[in-house]
Amino acid sequence: MAVIVYVLFGIGILFNGLGTVALLRFPDVYTRLHGATKCTTFGSIFTAVAIIVYGFSRGGADGRTLAIHTIVALIALLVTNPTGSHAIARAAHRSGVKPAGAVVDKLEERS
Amino acid sequence: MIIEPIVFFIVAACFLFFMLASVLRIGLGPTVGDRVVGLDTMNTLVVATMIVLGAAYRQVVFIDVAIIYALLSFVGTLYIARYLERGL
Repeated sequence: MAVIVYVLFGIGILFNGLGTVALLRFPDVYTRLHGATKCTTFGSIFTAVAIIVYGFSRGGADGRTLAIHTIVALIALLVTNPTGSHAIARAAHRSGVKPAGAVVDKLEERS
Repeated sequence: MIIEPIVFFIVAACFLFFMLASVLRIGLGPTVGDRVVGLDTMNTLVVATMIVLGAAYRQVVFIDVAIIYALLSFVGTLYIARYLERGL
């Protein structure tokens, strides 16, 4: 059972690290948003699932309380994170930031 | 099931290192959008770290703080995006 928690922690650390590398290495705001938001959401989901498995398998009242509160935190993270990144992308486009190396902007022509 | 508490602290230390890298992007991002992306990434990592530390210290209060932190940082991100879009 402990192996499952270790594997989930490993997946979480791997994807959070990949998101941070994407944040540091990608060229403009849209690709940074793409890499960082998706990878850190995925990694945080797996970290929270590891804590949920740990809480339920530890048992007892405090273990189950830990797991259920972590489920609520996971739902809050899942609802808020994509919505925030969508708002950032729309605001960056409307404030006039062009993608790196872009030749045409079809979204700008349409609106 | 026995998991050593040092495992949780190692995971939290990795997340702290990633948070420092996000602070680097907040510092040197060329546009305001880059800085907001760095802040958003850092907020997600803070929530994950609080969940892990709540399991490490056996304090459920840390996870409640993480829930409220996630919701409040979402409101902050939405306000910054609205400010970028059409001014105050």
